[in-house]
Amino acid sequence: MSDLQAERVWEVFRQEAEGDPMIHSGNVNAPDEELALHYAREFYSRRGESQRLWVVARDAIAELDDPDLLRPPFDRSHKRPGGYIIKHKLEAAKQRASRADATE
Amino acid sequence: MRYAETRMNDTDVIQPLNGRPPYEPGDADAFYAHVGTGGKVEADDWMTDDYRAAVLKFVEMHANSELMGVLPERDWIMRAPTLRRKLALTSKIQDEVGHAQLLYRVAEDLGKPRATMLADLLAGKTKFHNVFHYPTRSWADVGIIAWLVDAAAIVSQQALRDSSYAPYARTMRKICWEESVHVMHGRDVVLTMMSGTDAQRAMVQEALDRWWGPLMQMHGPPTDPAKDKDLHWGIKAKGNEQLRQEFLSIYVPRIREIGLRIPDPALRLDETTARWVYTEPDWDELRSVVTGHGPASQSRLEFRRVNYAATQWVRDAIMGNAAAA
Ligand SMILES: [Fe+2]
Ligand SMILES: [Fe+2]
Repeated sequence: MSDLQAERVWEVFRQEAEGDPMIHSGNVNAPDEELALHYAREFYSRRGESQRLWVVARDAIAELDDPDLLRPPFDRSHKRPGGYIIKHKLEAAKQRASRADATE
Repeated sequence: MRYAETRMNDTDVIQPLNGRPPYEPGDADAFYAHVGTGGKVEADDWMTDDYRAAVLKFVEMHANSELMGVLPERDWIMRAPTLRRKLALTSKIQDEVGHAQLLYRVAEDLGKPRATMLADLLAGKTKFHNVFHYPTRSWADVGIIAWLVDAAAIVSQQALRDSSYAPYARTMRKICWEESVHVMHGRDVVLTMMSGTDAQRAMVQEALDRWWGPLMQMHGPPTDPAKDKDLHWGIKAKGNEQLRQEFLSIYVPRIREIGLRIPDPALRLDETTARWVYTEPDWDELRSVVTGHGPASQSRLEFRRVNYAATQWVRDAIMGNAAAA
């Protein structure tokens, strides 16, 4: 058995419809890329539910999951549209404008 | 003026982005607080040994059940009444073996190799669900199994989509999607027979009479939620009795509306508590069956052993070819 290659884990990504993002769907065990693709097809597109499949060797994936870098405890609201609450300012500006119109 | 300014800029207040404090590797108390409050765990996250062992045991038994569960149905492929039924049944069996593969993969990432899990199953060291320890007697069994056994399984599998062990929860989402087809296929088989001859109706009734006991035992005896660690740690989201109640609520009306009689005279919905009352299932039978003493337990395991040996050349060829390439 020593001449046999060990199985590896391959992460599977699938695209459901043309133009969709590739979404991680699971993983398969296979000794090589070719078989990994066959298994991925068998498990993730038996019903024709995938437009495209990727397999990536798990050990080829680099991961970053450090919360200090990804979700630092600072207010990031200025980076999101919801971080700008303009309701009161808009009302005040409109009132000022209409008062200015009336005094003209 | 200053007051108005602060009110308008109320988003300047620093909002914590991550509501749940992360747990440090090695901090068991923080880990249990995390999973106990809806937190998720990924395969490469730190987890306690007890949690890892509990998830592994749970997923391994689930995988074993998917794999052993196809054997009763397999017997009927060659006896399917039409080509379409044969295709549907073959496809269901292919799905179930696929579920086993996906689940063994989830279990493997927790540290137990697939070959060891298969060896333990074949040696009778690990369990599979009670309903797969019984023989099948007629084509009506194929309908009752696909409709009701799969439905009872779906009730618990849907709850597992919320499992704290995230790779398991994700796998359950895919599996539930496929299971819904099995239930429709089973219901269609049953309805076709119920619309047929008296002999066909009697065949379905006889099958239901045999399967009702195992169905009622399938979710297991009620457990004390305070002592059920699988529940505590969010590995499963609902208790045994709650799952059985949900199954009864949906399926008792559907069974009765097509003229089938449920073989339990005590079965009724208690209007005041909104809970189903039923004859106590035979828990001794459940315990004896899942420990390998069911009517078909040993023959099914023997069939698996023979097949495992007979297909060894396929595994060797695959691994050998890969090495040569
Ligand atoms: Fe399944
Ligand atoms: Fe199924």
